[in-house]
Amino acid sequence: MRSGTMIMMALRSLIGNGLKTWLNVFVLSFTFVLIIFMQGLLEGWNRQAVTDTVTWEIAGGQYWSEKYDPYDPFSIDSSAAVLPSSLKNEYEAHEIEPVLYAKGTIYPGGRMKGVLLKGIRPDQKLLALPTYLLKNDGSDVPVIMGAHMAKQANLKVNDLVTLRWRDVNGTFEAIDIRVAGIFRTTVPTVDVGQIWLPLDQLQKMTLQPNASTILITKGEIPIQKLSAWPFKDQTELTKQTVAMIQAKSKGYNVFYFIFFTMALIAIFDTQVLSIFRRQREIGTLVALGMTQKQVVSLFTLEGTMNALLAVIVGIIWGLPLFIAFSVYGIHIPMDVSSFGIPLADKMYPAYTFKLIVGTISLIMIITAMVSYMPARKIARMNPTDAIRGKAL
Amino acid sequence: MNIIVEVKNLVKKFPIGNGFFTALKGVDLVFTKGEFAGLVGPSGSGKTTLLNIIGTLDVPSEGEVIVLSKSVGNLTPKEAAQLRKEELGFIFQNYNLLQVYTVFENVEFPLLLLNMNTDDRKQRVMETLEWVGLTEKAGSRPSQLSGGECQRVAIARAMVKRPQLVLADEPTANLDAANSHNILQTMEKLNKELNTTFIFATHDEKVIGYLHRIIQLADGKIVSDEQVKKTLR
Repeated sequence: MRSGTMIMMALRSLIGNGLKTWLNVFVLSFTFVLIIFMQGLLEGWNRQAVTDTVTWEIAGGQYWSEKYDPYDPFSIDSSAAVLPSSLKNEYEAHEIEPVLYAKGTIYPGGRMKGVLLKGIRPDQKLLALPTYLLKNDGSDVPVIMGAHMAKQANLKVNDLVTLRWRDVNGTFEAIDIRVAGIFRTTVPTVDVGQIWLPLDQLQKMTLQPNASTILITKGEIPIQKLSAWPFKDQTELTKQTVAMIQAKSKGYNVFYFIFFTMALIAIFDTQVLSIFRRQREIGTLVALGMTQKQVVSLFTLEGTMNALLAVIVGIIWGLPLFIAFSVYGIHIPMDVSSFGIPLADKMYPAYTFKLIVGTISLIMIITAMVSYMPARKIARMNPTDAIRGKAL
Repeated sequence: MNIIVEVKNLVKKFPIGNGFFTALKGVDLVFTKGEFAGLVGPSGSGKTTLLNIIGTLDVPSEGEVIVLSKSVGNLTPKEAAQLRKEELGFIFQNYNLLQVYTVFENVEFPLLLLNMNTDDRKQRVMETLEWVGLTEKAGSRPSQLSGGECQRVAIARAMVKRPQLVLADEPTANLDAANSHNILQTMEKLNKELNTTFIFATHDEKVIGYLHRIIQLADGKIVSDEQVKKTLR
């Protein structure tokens, strides 16, 4: 029997089943679209988070002072080191940007809040931070901070707030700083609990001339092997972000597993019912010359074609949605930034070929298996009883 | 004499509980080409069982049934399906039409299994529908037809591949007298024109009236086997 004939017969049965077929197809198409959408969203988020982290924080990579340990807040004040002389040219050409870290405390509205102070040159071009706002005539200390930090401290542009810190000798100092700018970023590690101020100012405040904690590099410059300044590349620096997103994606997997299971139960149920309902038809097909193996194949094919129709239906209603989302993005409210990982104002899902083909193939294979299981009953059916509708 | 079916000392047993029920007890029969014969008897006499074994849907417990020179008991499921597909036609009491198919598609189905090309298939289906007077109903679904029309579709489906042997199990059981005579006349006409062998399983007097050979079965045994002269009808 030709496979074309088999496909035609399966299609005729599917169409003949009417509403039941279309309900199954719609549920399955919903699952298809949802899985691809969610995975695309995570993929887009992943890409966006890594890209944004590079744009706002990492640039081409970072040299870290050997004493700097991001997991030890007590060592931050003593982790800075003088810029190595071998990087002087790159420093002057703005191909590397030193950033000095120090701990401090601000007192917004009479409350006390610990902050991480970061000194950076106002004319840097390597990061997307609006550091040009840090330029001043020396009359005050301008600072910039992220929108999340400003919201937490209840600060607005041009607000003055008292900053207290300790210099390298451990002496406490205090000064009023002025909020020169508030920026919106998707990267919490340049925003949450942080205040950016001019590098020379922070060096003076902490009595650490020419010192910095990390050196941000421009992408194209050759990397030097410096024992006092180990280099961290983009992959190493984004490793944590990628790992966090992967952890979050596991939570989403639960949702589409539930949808998928629902769709498969619907198909399984339809197959079991139809085999019970169509015993006479099965007996007739055998009497007309089909082998039981062919009938099993026909019913399996019929079930699998549910998935195929679902792909077509999914393309019809899902594709315009996918295109719209990837062009216009999905707006994410600011409050979601408390999520703890980089999250942009707008998310742009990314649908890869592997994602689409992989999802479709997986669902087709599982649907075929779910269709085959009840169809196996046919092989055990006595055709003479089936013809009379008394086999099951 | 062109033998189509040869039944030799056929015994058929069905398991029931711990024992067996013997439906056929040593049946011997021969059917030749072009016969219009019937297995007649009350319910439980074994006529449908015999028809199923001749139709290769079941196998003998003992003895031998040879259909078109092939021993039914020795056929693999694939060979049996091949024989049914190419040489046998079935007509059932409940018509057993495929409900999601149209009349045309139902009649076309056996030809699809034979991989006949589209043009020949269409021509053959329309020709067969013409024999049974249903060309105008080609696009209808079985649910839109009367019982008589459904059975005529079933006859067309059985005849469309020009089988050597047609097995009809109580073909008039669900039909009124007028429809019964109509389909029996159709089958008789096909038997005459195409020389196709028809074997019926029936206890319907209307069918018996058309038979050329009547084989009486009772309790799994043949009690009589007689040729009927046309003048008797």
